[in-house]
Amino acid sequence: MAATDPDHAVQRAVTTAVETVWRIEAPRIIAALTRIVRDVGLAEELAQDTLVIALEQWPARGIPDDPGPWLMATAKHRAIDLVRRRVRYQEKLAEMGRELEIVPESEQDAIDEALDDHVGDDVLRLIFIACHPVLPTEGRTALTLRLLGGLSTEEIARAFLIADTTAGQRIVRAKRTLAAKRVPFELPPPGELPQRLSSVLEVIYLIFNEGYSATAGDDWMRPSLCEEALRLGRLLAGLMPTESEVIGLVALMELQASRLGAREGPGGEPILLGDQDRGRWDRLLIRRGLAAVARAAEIGGVVGPFVLQAEIAACHARARSTAETDWPRIVALYRVLVYIWPSPVAELNLAVAVGMAEGPAKGLQLADTIAASGALDNYPQLPAVRADLLERLGRDAEARSEFARAAALTRNTRERELFLIRSER
Amino acid sequence: MRYLVILKAQQPDGPPPAELMAAIEALGVEATNAGVLLDVGGLAPSAAGARVELSGGRLNVVDGPFAEAKEMISYAVYQVRSKDEVVEWASRFMKVHRDNWPGWEGDSVISKVFGPEDFAPQQ
Repeated sequence: MAATDPDHAVQRAVTTAVETVWRIEAPRIIAALTRIVRDVGLAEELAQDTLVIALEQWPARGIPDDPGPWLMATAKHRAIDLVRRRVRYQEKLAEMGRELEIVPESEQDAIDEALDDHVGDDVLRLIFIACHPVLPTEGRTALTLRLLGGLSTEEIARAFLIADTTAGQRIVRAKRTLAAKRVPFELPPPGELPQRLSSVLEVIYLIFNEGYSATAGDDWMRPSLCEEALRLGRLLAGLMPTESEVIGLVALMELQASRLGAREGPGGEPILLGDQDRGRWDRLLIRRGLAAVARAAEIGGVVGPFVLQAEIAACHARARSTAETDWPRIVALYRVLVYIWPSPVAELNLAVAVGMAEGPAKGLQLADTIAASGALDNYPQLPAVRADLLERLGRDAEARSEFARAAALTRNTRERELFLIRSER
Repeated sequence: MRYLVILKAQQPDGPPPAELMAAIEALGVEATNAGVLLDVGGLAPSAAGARVELSGGRLNVVDGPFAEAKEMISYAVYQVRSKDEVVEWASRFMKVHRDNWPGWEGDSVISKVFGPEDFAPQQ
Protein backbone atom coordinates (compact mmCIF):
# COMPACT_ATOMS: atom_id res chain seq x y z
CA MET A 1 0.00 0.00 0.00
CA ALA A 2 1.39 3.37 -0.97
CA ALA A 3 0.72 5.01 2.40
CA THR A 4 2.89 2.51 4.30
CA ASP A 5 5.70 2.39 1.75
CA PRO A 6 8.61 4.10 3.56
CA ASP A 7 10.14 5.50 0.35
CA HIS A 8 6.82 6.96 -0.56
CA ALA A 9 6.42 8.50 2.89
CA VAL A 10 9.91 10.05 2.73
CA GLN A 11 9.22 11.35 -0.74
CA ARG A 12 5.98 12.93 0.44
CA ALA A 13 7.62 14.50 3.51
CA VAL A 14 10.33 16.04 1.35
CA THR A 15 7.81 17.31 -1.17
CA THR A 16 5.85 18.96 1.64
CA ALA A 17 9.01 20.49 3.06
CA VAL A 18 10.07 21.86 -0.33
CA GLU A 19 6.66 23.33 -1.01
CA THR A 20 6.42 24.86 2.46
CA VAL A 21 9.82 26.54 2.33
CA TRP A 22 9.01 27.58 -1.20
CA ARG A 23 5.77 29.23 -0.10
CA ILE A 24 7.52 31.12 2.67
CA GLU A 25 10.41 32.24 0.49
CA ALA A 26 8.74 32.74 -2.92
CA PRO A 27 8.10 36.51 -2.66
CA ARG A 28 11.71 37.20 -1.69
CA ILE A 29 13.07 34.93 -4.39
CA ILE A 30 10.82 36.37 -7.10
CA ALA A 31 11.70 39.88 -5.94
CA ALA A 32 15.44 39.20 -6.03
CA LEU A 33 15.18 37.58 -9.47
CA THR A 34 13.14 40.49 -10.81
CA ARG A 35 15.95 42.84 -9.89
CA ILE A 36 18.35 40.69 -11.91
CA VAL A 37 16.26 39.93 -15.00
CA ARG A 38 13.96 43.00 -14.86
CA ASP A 39 10.83 41.08 -15.78
CA VAL A 40 8.37 39.67 -13.23
CA GLY A 41 7.07 37.01 -15.59
CA LEU A 42 10.55 35.70 -16.33
CA ALA A 43 11.50 35.99 -12.65
CA GLU A 44 8.53 33.88 -11.66
CA GLU A 45 9.41 31.24 -14.26
CA LEU A 46 13.00 31.09 -13.01
CA ALA A 47 11.74 30.83 -9.46
CA GLN A 48 9.46 27.95 -10.45
CA ASP A 49 12.46 26.25 -12.11
CA THR A 50 14.24 26.50 -8.77
CA LEU A 51 11.34 24.81 -7.05
CA VAL A 52 11.57 21.98 -9.60
CA ILE A 53 15.33 21.64 -8.97
CA ALA A 54 14.68 21.39 -5.22
CA LEU A 55 11.98 18.78 -5.78
CA GLU A 56 14.45 16.75 -7.86
CA GLN A 57 17.49 17.09 -5.60
CA TRP A 58 16.22 17.18 -2.02
CA PRO A 59 14.71 13.68 -1.90
CA ALA A 60 18.06 12.17 -2.93
CA ARG A 61 20.47 14.47 -1.09
CA GLY A 62 18.30 15.35 1.87
CA ILE A 63 16.77 18.69 2.78
CA PRO A 64 19.53 21.29 3.14
CA ASP A 65 20.08 22.67 6.59
CA ASP A 66 19.16 26.16 5.47
CA PRO A 67 16.54 25.51 2.80
CA GLY A 68 15.55 29.16 2.35
CA PRO A 69 19.04 30.45 1.51
CA TRP A 70 19.62 27.33 -0.64
CA LEU A 71 16.59 28.17 -2.78
CA MET A 72 17.63 31.82 -3.01
CA ALA A 73 21.23 31.01 -4.01
CA THR A 74 20.12 28.45 -6.60
CA ALA A 75 17.59 30.85 -8.06
CA LYS A 76 20.14 33.67 -8.28
CA HIS A 77 22.64 31.44 -10.06
CA ARG A 78 20.08 30.54 -12.67
CA ALA A 79 19.14 34.17 -13.19
CA ILE A 80 22.75 35.26 -13.48
CA ASP A 81 23.43 32.47 -16.00
CA LEU A 82 20.52 33.70 -18.02
CA VAL A 83 21.77 37.28 -17.95
CA ARG A 84 25.28 36.12 -18.96
CA ARG A 85 23.84 34.20 -21.89
CA ARG A 86 21.90 37.29 -22.89
CA VAL A 87 25.05 39.43 -22.68
CA ARG A 88 26.95 36.95 -24.84
CA TYR A 89 24.07 36.90 -27.29
CA GLN A 90 24.10 40.69 -27.44
CA GLU A 91 27.87 40.64 -27.98
CA LYS A 92 27.44 38.18 -30.82
CA LEU A 93 24.82 40.43 -32.33
CA ALA A 94 27.23 43.34 -31.99
CA GLU A 95 29.96 41.38 -33.76
CA MET A 96 27.54 40.83 -36.56
CA GLY A 97 27.21 44.60 -36.79
CA ARG A 98 23.79 44.93 -35.29
CA GLU A 99 22.62 47.56 -32.82
CA LEU A 100 22.95 46.78 -29.14
CA GLU A 101 19.65 46.84 -27.45
CA ILE A 102 20.99 46.28 -23.99
CA VAL A 103 24.28 47.75 -22.89
CA PRO A 104 26.39 44.88 -21.56
CA GLU A 105 27.85 47.06 -18.77
CA SER A 106 24.44 47.60 -17.28
CA GLU A 107 23.88 43.85 -17.27
CA GLN A 108 27.23 43.38 -15.59
CA ASP A 109 26.08 45.89 -12.99
CA ALA A 110 22.96 43.85 -12.53
CA ILE A 111 25.05 40.75 -11.89
CA ASP A 112 27.26 42.59 -9.40
CA GLU A 113 24.27 44.10 -7.73
CA ALA A 114 22.57 40.73 -7.55
CA LEU A 115 25.32 39.48 -5.29
CA ASP A 116 24.54 42.22 -2.75
CA ASP A 117 21.86 41.67 -0.19
CA HIS A 118 18.77 43.75 -0.62
CA VAL A 119 16.01 41.34 0.13
CA GLY A 120 13.64 43.68 1.97
CA ASP A 121 14.05 46.41 -0.60
CA ASP A 122 13.35 43.98 -3.43
CA VAL A 123 10.14 42.73 -1.86
CA LEU A 124 8.99 46.32 -1.41
CA ARG A 125 9.72 47.06 -5.06
CA LEU A 126 7.84 43.91 -6.04
CA ILE A 127 4.78 45.15 -4.13
CA PHE A 128 4.94 48.48 -5.95
CA ILE A 129 5.33 46.83 -9.34
CA ALA A 130 2.45 44.38 -8.72
CA CYS A 131 0.20 47.32 -7.75
CA HIS A 132 1.37 49.58 -10.57
CA PRO A 133 -1.25 52.00 -11.97
CA VAL A 134 -0.70 50.75 -15.56
CA LEU A 135 -2.58 47.63 -14.49
CA PRO A 136 -6.35 47.46 -14.02
CA THR A 137 -7.38 46.94 -10.39
CA GLU A 138 -8.25 43.28 -10.90
CA GLY A 139 -4.86 42.71 -12.51
CA ARG A 140 -3.14 44.34 -9.53
CA THR A 141 -5.07 42.21 -7.09
CA ALA A 142 -4.41 38.95 -8.91
CA LEU A 143 -0.72 39.69 -9.41
CA THR A 144 -0.24 40.71 -5.76
CA LEU A 145 -1.84 37.51 -4.53
CA ARG A 146 0.21 35.50 -6.99
CA LEU A 147 3.66 37.05 -6.53
CA LEU A 148 3.50 38.14 -2.89
CA GLY A 149 0.88 35.84 -1.45
CA GLY A 150 2.14 32.80 -3.32
CA LEU A 151 -1.45 31.82 -4.14
CA SER A 152 -2.00 29.50 -7.05
CA THR A 153 -4.16 30.50 -10.00
CA GLU A 154 -6.88 28.14 -8.70
CA GLU A 155 -6.80 29.71 -5.24
CA ILE A 156 -7.11 33.20 -6.71
CA ALA A 157 -9.99 32.05 -8.89
CA ARG A 158 -11.75 30.52 -5.88
CA ALA A 159 -11.19 33.66 -3.79
CA PHE A 160 -12.84 35.90 -6.37
CA LEU A 161 -15.39 33.38 -7.63
CA ILE A 162 -14.08 33.51 -11.16
CA ALA A 163 -13.10 30.77 -13.57
CA ASP A 164 -9.54 29.41 -13.35
CA THR A 165 -8.94 30.53 -16.90
CA THR A 166 -10.09 34.07 -16.09
CA ALA A 167 -7.74 34.26 -13.12
CA GLY A 168 -4.92 32.88 -15.24
CA GLN A 169 -5.57 35.41 -17.99
CA ARG A 170 -5.55 38.29 -15.50
CA ILE A 171 -2.15 37.25 -14.23
CA VAL A 172 -0.66 36.67 -17.66
CA ARG A 173 -2.04 39.93 -18.99
CA ALA A 174 -0.73 41.85 -15.98
CA LYS A 175 2.77 40.44 -16.43
CA ARG A 176 2.71 41.20 -20.15
CA THR A 177 1.53 44.75 -19.55
CA LEU A 178 4.36 45.39 -17.10
CA ALA A 179 6.87 44.05 -19.63
CA ALA A 180 5.34 45.85 -22.62
CA LYS A 181 5.19 49.18 -20.82
CA ARG A 182 8.71 48.61 -19.54
CA VAL A 183 7.69 49.42 -16.00
CA PRO A 184 10.96 49.79 -14.13
CA PHE A 185 11.61 47.65 -11.06
CA GLU A 186 12.18 50.53 -8.69
CA LEU A 187 10.57 52.41 -5.88
CA PRO A 188 8.53 55.42 -7.00
CA PRO A 189 10.34 58.78 -6.71
CA PRO A 190 9.49 60.63 -3.47
CA GLY A 191 7.09 62.96 -5.27
CA GLU A 192 5.01 60.03 -6.55
CA LEU A 193 5.23 57.93 -3.42
CA PRO A 194 1.94 58.95 -1.74
CA GLN A 195 -0.10 58.30 -4.88
CA ARG A 196 1.60 55.00 -5.68
CA LEU A 197 1.48 53.88 -2.07
CA SER A 198 -2.24 54.52 -1.93
CA SER A 199 -2.66 52.14 -4.89
CA VAL A 200 -0.77 49.47 -2.91
CA LEU A 201 -2.86 50.05 0.20
CA GLU A 202 -6.08 49.95 -1.82
CA VAL A 203 -5.19 46.59 -3.33
CA ILE A 204 -4.42 45.05 0.06
CA TYR A 205 -7.60 46.47 1.58
CA LEU A 206 -9.62 45.27 -1.38
CA ILE A 207 -8.35 41.74 -0.78
CA PHE A 208 -9.24 42.08 2.89
CA ASN A 209 -12.73 43.34 2.12
CA GLU A 210 -13.39 40.59 -0.36
CA GLY A 211 -12.79 38.21 2.54
CA TYR A 212 -14.58 40.33 5.15
CA SER A 213 -17.83 40.80 3.30
CA ALA A 214 -17.82 38.98 0.03
CA THR A 215 -19.65 40.97 -2.62
CA ALA A 216 -21.10 37.78 -4.05
CA GLY A 217 -21.48 34.10 -3.39
CA ASP A 218 -22.85 31.83 -0.71
CA ASP A 219 -20.42 32.59 2.11
CA TRP A 220 -20.67 35.90 3.84
CA MET A 221 -16.98 35.87 4.67
CA ARG A 222 -13.83 34.22 3.45
CA PRO A 223 -11.53 34.48 6.46
CA SER A 224 -8.50 33.05 4.66
CA LEU A 225 -8.57 36.03 2.31
CA CYS A 226 -8.64 38.37 5.32
CA GLU A 227 -5.67 36.52 6.76
CA GLU A 228 -3.80 36.83 3.49
CA ALA A 229 -4.46 40.58 3.31
CA LEU A 230 -3.36 40.96 6.92
CA ARG A 231 -0.17 39.09 6.19
CA LEU A 232 0.52 41.33 3.18
CA GLY A 233 -0.26 44.42 5.27
CA ARG A 234 2.05 43.32 8.08
CA LEU A 235 4.74 42.54 5.50
CA LEU A 236 4.37 46.05 4.07
CA ALA A 237 4.44 47.56 7.56
CA GLY A 238 7.69 45.72 8.24
CA LEU A 239 9.15 47.26 5.08
CA MET A 240 7.75 50.77 5.60
CA PRO A 241 7.56 51.16 9.38
CA THR A 242 7.44 54.96 9.29
CA GLU A 243 4.52 55.44 6.87
CA SER A 244 1.52 56.23 9.03
CA GLU A 245 -1.01 55.15 6.39
CA VAL A 246 0.61 51.72 6.11
CA ILE A 247 0.43 51.29 9.87
CA GLY A 248 -3.12 52.69 9.77
CA LEU A 249 -4.19 50.09 7.22
CA VAL A 250 -2.72 47.27 9.30
CA ALA A 251 -4.42 48.65 12.42
CA LEU A 252 -7.73 48.85 10.58
CA MET A 253 -7.46 45.28 9.33
CA GLU A 254 -6.36 43.88 12.71
CA LEU A 255 -9.32 45.58 14.41
CA GLN A 256 -11.84 44.52 11.81
CA ALA A 257 -10.47 40.98 11.76
CA SER A 258 -10.81 40.84 15.56
CA ARG A 259 -14.59 40.67 14.98
CA LEU A 260 -14.50 37.84 12.43
CA GLY A 261 -15.45 35.15 14.94
CA ALA A 262 -18.43 37.15 16.17
CA ARG A 263 -19.79 38.21 12.80
CA GLU A 264 -21.36 34.94 11.85
CA GLY A 265 -23.98 32.80 13.57
CA PRO A 266 -23.88 29.01 13.77
CA GLY A 267 -25.80 28.71 10.48
CA GLY A 268 -23.50 31.13 8.66
CA GLU A 269 -25.90 34.04 9.06
CA PRO A 270 -24.39 37.52 9.44
CA ILE A 271 -24.42 39.17 12.87
CA LEU A 272 -24.10 42.94 12.65
CA LEU A 273 -21.84 45.02 14.88
CA GLY A 274 -24.53 46.06 17.35
CA ASP A 275 -25.65 42.47 17.97
CA GLN A 276 -22.23 40.85 18.25
CA ASP A 277 -21.09 39.03 21.38
CA ARG A 278 -18.05 41.18 22.14
CA GLY A 279 -16.65 38.41 24.31
CA ARG A 280 -15.93 36.62 21.05
CA TRP A 281 -13.82 39.43 19.66
CA ASP A 282 -10.21 38.42 19.32
CA ARG A 283 -8.26 40.09 22.14
CA LEU A 284 -4.86 39.53 20.57
CA LEU A 285 -5.88 41.23 17.34
CA ILE A 286 -7.50 44.09 19.26
CA ARG A 287 -4.33 44.58 21.25
CA ARG A 288 -2.23 44.56 18.08
CA GLY A 289 -4.70 46.90 16.35
CA LEU A 290 -4.79 49.41 19.18
CA ALA A 291 -0.99 49.33 19.42
CA ALA A 292 -0.78 50.04 15.69
CA VAL A 293 -3.26 52.93 16.01
CA ALA A 294 -1.04 54.41 18.73
CA ARG A 295 2.05 53.91 16.57
CA ALA A 296 0.39 55.63 13.60
CA ALA A 297 -0.45 58.58 15.87
CA GLU A 298 3.17 58.70 17.05
CA ILE A 299 4.43 58.82 13.48
CA GLY A 300 2.10 61.77 12.90
CA GLY A 301 2.27 63.74 9.68
CA VAL A 302 -0.72 64.21 7.42
CA VAL A 303 -3.61 62.06 8.62
CA GLY A 304 -4.87 59.78 5.86
CA PRO A 305 -8.03 57.79 5.31
CA PHE A 306 -6.68 54.52 6.72
CA VAL A 307 -5.46 56.05 9.97
CA LEU A 308 -8.87 57.71 10.36
CA GLN A 309 -10.77 54.49 9.68
CA ALA A 310 -8.48 52.67 12.12
CA GLU A 311 -9.28 55.31 14.77
CA ILE A 312 -12.97 54.66 14.15
CA ALA A 313 -12.48 50.90 14.43
CA ALA A 314 -10.54 51.52 17.64
CA CYS A 315 -13.59 53.32 19.11
CA HIS A 316 -15.63 50.15 18.54
CA ALA A 317 -12.85 47.91 19.88
CA ARG A 318 -12.57 49.92 23.12
CA ALA A 319 -16.34 49.93 23.79
CA ARG A 320 -17.88 47.19 25.89
CA SER A 321 -21.25 47.60 24.16
CA THR A 322 -22.98 49.57 21.41
CA ALA A 323 -24.39 51.91 24.05
CA GLU A 324 -20.97 52.56 25.57
CA THR A 325 -19.44 53.39 22.19
CA ASP A 326 -18.02 56.89 21.83
CA TRP A 327 -20.39 57.79 18.96
CA PRO A 328 -19.67 61.55 19.04
CA ARG A 329 -15.98 60.78 18.46
CA ILE A 330 -16.91 58.42 15.62
CA VAL A 331 -19.06 61.14 14.06
CA ALA A 332 -16.18 63.61 14.33
CA LEU A 333 -13.77 61.13 12.74
CA TYR A 334 -16.19 60.36 9.88
CA ARG A 335 -16.65 64.10 9.26
CA VAL A 336 -12.88 64.45 8.80
CA LEU A 337 -12.84 61.32 6.63
CA VAL A 338 -15.62 62.61 4.38
CA TYR A 339 -13.74 65.91 4.11
CA ILE A 340 -10.32 64.50 3.16
CA TRP A 341 -11.56 61.47 1.23
CA PRO A 342 -15.03 62.22 -0.06
CA SER A 343 -16.99 59.12 -0.94
CA PRO A 344 -20.67 58.30 -0.76
CA VAL A 345 -19.90 55.14 1.23
CA ALA A 346 -18.06 57.16 3.89
CA GLU A 347 -21.02 59.56 3.95
CA LEU A 348 -23.37 56.65 4.49
CA ASN A 349 -21.25 55.49 7.43
CA LEU A 350 -21.38 59.05 8.76
CA ALA A 351 -25.19 58.86 8.53
CA VAL A 352 -25.13 55.65 10.61
CA ALA A 353 -22.88 57.24 13.25
CA VAL A 354 -25.00 60.41 13.36
CA GLY A 355 -28.03 58.17 13.78
CA MET A 356 -26.39 56.69 16.87
CA ALA A 357 -24.95 59.92 18.31
CA GLU A 358 -27.74 62.37 17.53
CA GLY A 359 -30.77 60.18 16.93
CA PRO A 360 -32.29 58.34 13.96
CA ALA A 361 -34.03 61.43 12.52
CA LYS A 362 -30.72 63.25 11.99
CA GLY A 363 -29.17 60.11 10.55
CA LEU A 364 -32.06 59.59 8.17
CA GLN A 365 -31.78 63.16 6.95
CA LEU A 366 -28.18 62.47 5.86
CA ALA A 367 -29.06 59.09 4.35
CA ASP A 368 -31.90 60.72 2.38
CA THR A 369 -29.50 63.31 0.97
CA ILE A 370 -27.23 60.51 -0.26
CA ALA A 371 -30.23 58.66 -1.72
CA ALA A 372 -31.34 61.82 -3.53
CA SER A 373 -27.87 62.22 -5.08
CA GLY A 374 -28.30 58.84 -6.78
CA ALA A 375 -24.64 57.99 -6.14
CA LEU A 376 -25.44 54.73 -4.34
CA ASP A 377 -28.51 53.62 -6.30
CA ASN A 378 -27.34 50.03 -6.60
CA TYR A 379 -25.62 49.77 -3.23
CA PRO A 380 -27.62 47.43 -0.95
CA GLN A 381 -26.30 49.02 2.25
CA LEU A 382 -28.06 52.32 1.48
CA PRO A 383 -31.61 50.97 1.71
CA ALA A 384 -30.47 48.78 4.62
CA VAL A 385 -29.24 51.79 6.57
CA ARG A 386 -32.38 53.77 5.73
CA ALA A 387 -34.51 50.80 6.77
CA ASP A 388 -32.74 50.56 10.11
CA LEU A 389 -33.21 54.26 10.83
CA LEU A 390 -36.87 54.16 9.71
CA GLU A 391 -37.45 51.18 12.01
CA ARG A 392 -36.02 53.09 14.95
CA LEU A 393 -38.34 55.99 14.09
CA GLY A 394 -41.30 53.62 14.21
CA ARG A 395 -41.98 53.95 10.47
CA ASP A 396 -42.26 50.18 10.13
CA ALA A 397 -43.98 49.91 6.76
CA GLU A 398 -41.33 52.05 5.05
CA ALA A 399 -38.60 50.13 6.89
CA ARG A 400 -39.93 46.82 5.58
CA SER A 401 -39.99 47.96 2.00
CA GLU A 402 -36.45 49.35 2.30
CA PHE A 403 -35.18 46.02 3.68
CA ALA A 404 -36.88 44.27 0.75
CA ARG A 405 -35.06 46.65 -1.61
CA ALA A 406 -31.74 45.89 0.09
CA ALA A 407 -32.45 42.17 -0.27
CA ALA A 408 -33.13 42.60 -3.98
CA LEU A 409 -29.88 44.52 -4.50
CA THR A 410 -27.36 42.35 -2.67
CA ARG A 411 -25.55 39.60 -4.53
CA ASN A 412 -24.56 37.85 -1.31
CA THR A 413 -26.88 35.03 -0.31
CA ARG A 414 -26.33 35.35 3.44
CA GLU A 415 -26.89 39.07 3.42
CA ARG A 416 -30.06 38.65 1.36
CA GLU A 417 -31.45 36.22 3.93
CA LEU A 418 -30.77 38.70 6.72
CA PHE A 419 -32.47 41.55 4.87
CA LEU A 420 -35.44 39.35 3.99
CA ILE A 421 -35.94 38.32 7.61
CA ARG A 422 -35.92 41.95 8.67
CA SER A 423 -38.28 42.94 5.85
CA GLU A 424 -40.80 40.44 7.17
CA ARG A 425 -40.81 41.26 10.85
CA MET B 1 -4.74 29.73 10.89
CA ARG B 2 -3.18 30.42 14.22
CA TYR B 3 -0.76 28.32 16.24
CA LEU B 4 0.63 28.59 19.74
CA VAL B 5 4.19 27.36 20.05
CA ILE B 6 5.56 26.67 23.52
CA LEU B 7 9.26 26.12 23.89
CA LYS B 8 10.31 23.61 26.54
CA ALA B 9 13.96 23.08 27.27
CA GLN B 10 16.65 21.88 29.53
CA GLN B 11 19.16 24.72 29.52
CA PRO B 12 22.87 24.19 30.10
CA ASP B 13 24.16 26.10 33.13
CA GLY B 14 24.95 29.74 32.65
CA PRO B 15 23.30 32.51 30.67
CA PRO B 16 22.43 32.00 27.00
CA PRO B 17 25.21 33.11 24.64
CA ALA B 18 24.87 36.61 23.19
CA GLU B 19 25.05 35.13 19.66
CA LEU B 20 21.96 33.07 20.41
CA MET B 21 20.03 36.08 21.61
CA ALA B 22 21.05 38.02 18.49
CA ALA B 23 20.07 35.13 16.22
CA ILE B 24 16.72 34.73 17.98
CA GLU B 25 16.07 38.43 17.57
CA ALA B 26 16.98 38.35 13.88
CA LEU B 27 14.66 35.39 13.29
CA GLY B 28 11.91 37.16 15.24
CA VAL B 29 12.27 40.26 13.09
CA GLU B 30 12.17 38.08 9.96
CA ALA B 31 9.00 36.29 11.07
CA THR B 32 7.37 39.54 12.19
CA ASN B 33 8.17 41.26 8.92
CA ALA B 34 6.91 38.25 7.01
CA GLY B 35 3.61 38.93 8.76
CA VAL B 36 3.39 35.57 10.52
CA LEU B 37 4.61 36.19 14.09
CA LEU B 38 1.79 37.81 16.08
CA ASP B 39 3.00 37.62 19.63
CA VAL B 40 5.94 36.32 21.56
CA GLY B 41 7.09 36.30 25.17
CA GLY B 42 9.61 34.75 27.50
CA LEU B 43 8.49 32.66 30.46
CA ALA B 44 10.17 32.80 33.86
CA PRO B 45 11.29 29.54 35.52
CA SER B 46 8.47 27.57 37.09
CA ALA B 47 9.71 28.70 40.54
CA ALA B 48 7.93 31.97 39.75
CA GLY B 49 4.68 30.24 38.81
CA ALA B 50 1.99 28.12 40.37
CA ARG B 51 -0.52 25.47 39.47
CA VAL B 52 -4.18 25.48 40.48
CA GLU B 53 -5.58 21.96 40.36
CA LEU B 54 -9.13 20.72 40.65
CA SER B 55 -9.38 17.04 41.39
CA GLY B 56 -12.13 15.07 43.08
CA GLY B 57 -13.94 18.31 43.79
CA ARG B 58 -10.99 19.77 45.68
CA LEU B 59 -9.05 22.87 44.73
CA ASN B 60 -5.35 22.64 45.33
CA VAL B 61 -2.78 25.39 44.72
CA VAL B 62 0.78 24.23 44.19
CA ASP B 63 3.60 26.76 43.98
CA GLY B 64 6.52 26.15 41.66
CA PRO B 65 9.17 25.02 41.01
CA PHE B 66 7.87 21.85 39.44
CA ALA B 67 9.85 18.70 38.96
CA GLU B 68 9.49 18.48 35.15
CA ALA B 69 12.73 17.71 33.34
CA LYS B 70 12.10 20.60 30.95
CA GLU B 71 11.04 24.11 31.85
CA MET B 72 8.75 26.20 29.68
CA ILE B 73 10.97 28.91 28.25
CA SER B 74 8.86 30.99 25.91
CA TYR B 75 5.73 31.12 23.82
CA ALA B 76 5.01 32.45 20.37
CA VAL B 77 1.81 32.91 18.39
CA TYR B 78 2.01 32.48 14.62
CA GLN B 79 -0.58 33.04 11.92
CA VAL B 80 0.28 30.95 8.88
CA ARG B 81 -1.40 29.18 5.98
CA SER B 82 -0.68 25.63 7.04
CA LYS B 83 0.70 23.50 9.84
CA ASP B 84 3.74 22.81 7.68
CA GLU B 85 4.58 26.52 7.71
CA VAL B 86 4.56 26.80 11.48
CA VAL B 87 6.63 23.62 11.67
CA GLU B 88 9.17 25.27 9.37
CA TRP B 89 9.35 28.43 11.50
CA ALA B 90 9.66 26.39 14.69
CA SER B 91 12.41 24.30 13.08
CA ARG B 92 14.32 27.44 12.19
CA PHE B 93 13.97 28.56 15.80
CA MET B 94 15.36 25.25 17.05
CA LYS B 95 18.26 25.34 14.56
CA VAL B 96 19.23 28.76 15.88
CA HIS B 97 19.57 27.15 19.33
CA ARG B 98 21.50 24.17 18.00
CA ASP B 99 23.95 26.42 16.17
CA ASN B 100 24.51 28.86 19.03
CA TRP B 101 24.25 27.00 22.32
CA PRO B 102 26.05 23.62 22.48
CA GLY B 103 24.39 21.16 24.83
CA TRP B 104 21.00 22.83 24.63
CA GLU B 105 18.07 20.42 24.28
CA GLY B 106 14.41 21.16 24.00
CA ASP B 107 11.14 20.86 22.13
CA SER B 108 8.77 23.27 20.48
CA VAL B 109 5.23 22.10 21.17
CA ILE B 110 2.91 23.33 18.43
CA SER B 111 -0.80 23.66 19.17
CA LYS B 112 -3.43 24.86 16.77
CA VAL B 113 -5.73 27.58 18.03
CA PHE B 114 -9.28 27.01 16.83
CA GLY B 115 -10.25 29.56 14.21
CA PRO B 116 -13.18 30.38 11.95
CA GLU B 117 -11.85 27.79 9.48
CA ASP B 118 -12.61 25.06 12.02
CA PHE B 119 -16.27 26.02 12.19
CA ALA B 120 -17.33 26.21 8.58
CA PRO B 121 -20.98 27.19 8.44
CA GLN B 122 -23.34 24.36 7.52
CA GLN B 123 -24.62 24.87 4.03
